[in-house]
Amino acid sequence: MTFFQLTRFKSRGLEPIDLTIDAGECITLGGPSGCGKSLLLRAIADLDPHEGEARIDESCQSQTAPPVWRRQAGLLSAESHWWADRVGDHLPRSDPDLLAALGFSEATTQWEVSRLSSGERQRLALVRLLLGNPKLLLLDEPTANLDQTSIDRVEHLIKEYLQDSCSAALWVSHDPQQRRRIGDRGFQIESGRLVAEKWS
Amino acid sequence: MELISLTPLDLSVAALLVLGLAVISWRMRLGVERRLLVAASRSVIQLTLLGLVLKTLFEQTSFLLIGGLALFMLGMAGYEVMARQERKFAGFWGMGIGTLSMFISSFSITLLALHLVVKVEPWYTPQYLIPLLGMLLGNTMSGMAIALDNLTQSAWQQRGSIEARLMLGHTWDQAIGDLRRRALRSGLIPIINAMAAAGVVSLPGMMTGQILGGSPPLEAAKYQIMILLLIAVGTGLGAIAAVSLGAFRLFDHRQRLRLDRLK
Repeated sequence: MTFFQLTRFKSRGLEPIDLTIDAGECITLGGPSGCGKSLLLRAIADLDPHEGEARIDESCQSQTAPPVWRRQAGLLSAESHWWADRVGDHLPRSDPDLLAALGFSEATTQWEVSRLSSGERQRLALVRLLLGNPKLLLLDEPTANLDQTSIDRVEHLIKEYLQDSCSAALWVSHDPQQRRRIGDRGFQIESGRLVAEKWS
Repeated sequence: MELISLTPLDLSVAALLVLGLAVISWRMRLGVERRLLVAASRSVIQLTLLGLVLKTLFEQTSFLLIGGLALFMLGMAGYEVMARQERKFAGFWGMGIGTLSMFISSFSITLLALHLVVKVEPWYTPQYLIPLLGMLLGNTMSGMAIALDNLTQSAWQQRGSIEARLMLGHTWDQAIGDLRRRALRSGLIPIINAMAAAGVVSLPGMMTGQILGGSPPLEAAKYQIMILLLIAVGTGLGAIAAVSLGAFRLFDHRQRLRLDRLK
């Protein structure tokens, strides 16, 4: 069953894309730096002007109010940004299980953002995103600053989330082994076009 | 009390003093004597011209002429607000935001003051309209320019956190809310400080002028109070209008942050 669909979707620097993703699927996206992967994710989250249509479940991007759409198409950018002093100020609620799954505790919500390490920021940004229950995860190198233990935790957590909530993910990763490990299907961007990645 | 008219001789005494200062600057090799003399000559010429223009204007009550001058002053003020921005809005909005906000605040406050407070007939009597409008435009301008500059600068610097909030499904209004509040505060602080210091630390220029011109000090104080309060309201309303328009313009119909609209 098609869960997420792009129709003649034209993001900056790329040819128009037609793509369908089923519920529960994790699609990986690779390609050299600056080839337009992040811009594609931003366009799907409707943060940059673009052409074409995107659809999640029953709702079309152009027919959905932007805040509602962005809650469904949750983007985790490569670098996380924070606007308040404490971690807890950024979270809609506290979820001890989710925090524990990434190696944090409830006390973490009292931490000051300015004292977080880059790895902690990255994992907490994922917590912040998942608490909004997005239907589609747009992940831009979510494990770039993490050690192996944390990478395993993040991969496991996202896989579990996709199964439990019947959502889908578009996962940008520079690591070919990671792409093979987590992806149900994979794409590469080559000279502006989306081509299937061979994993033989 | 009679107005003591200044003769050209009186003015030349002041001018001679400036000339003396220039000589001292030359002897002490400060290197500013040239600039000092040029600036002094400019102020003499510009103010004399203004006096002549106002003299002609005051002798008649042509609505079109007075309205034209008022619009010219408004346009200049709008341009000044734009010129003080480090990151201006591109195109029409660059001048549009400042001019429109100034029109909403300074113009309406001046009209209100003329109708309700001073009660002159007709309301566009130039002796009242032009100086009042000038005081309001000149003083609200800087507060608005500071507030707008603060908004665009911080939006530019904090692009990441604004977009982080958009990504989480916050509306554009929530995403820029903190920045908008901070920008407004920065624009209002100078006038708040000016009101607090008025009469204790500083003797405002208008009151000084009236007293020197022969008005009883209490009358001069009353006018000064009115002007100061109106400036505060004008600055507040103008800054709110400018910052709201600016914040609105920073997002498009799909609530995307559009910093490409700044240049």
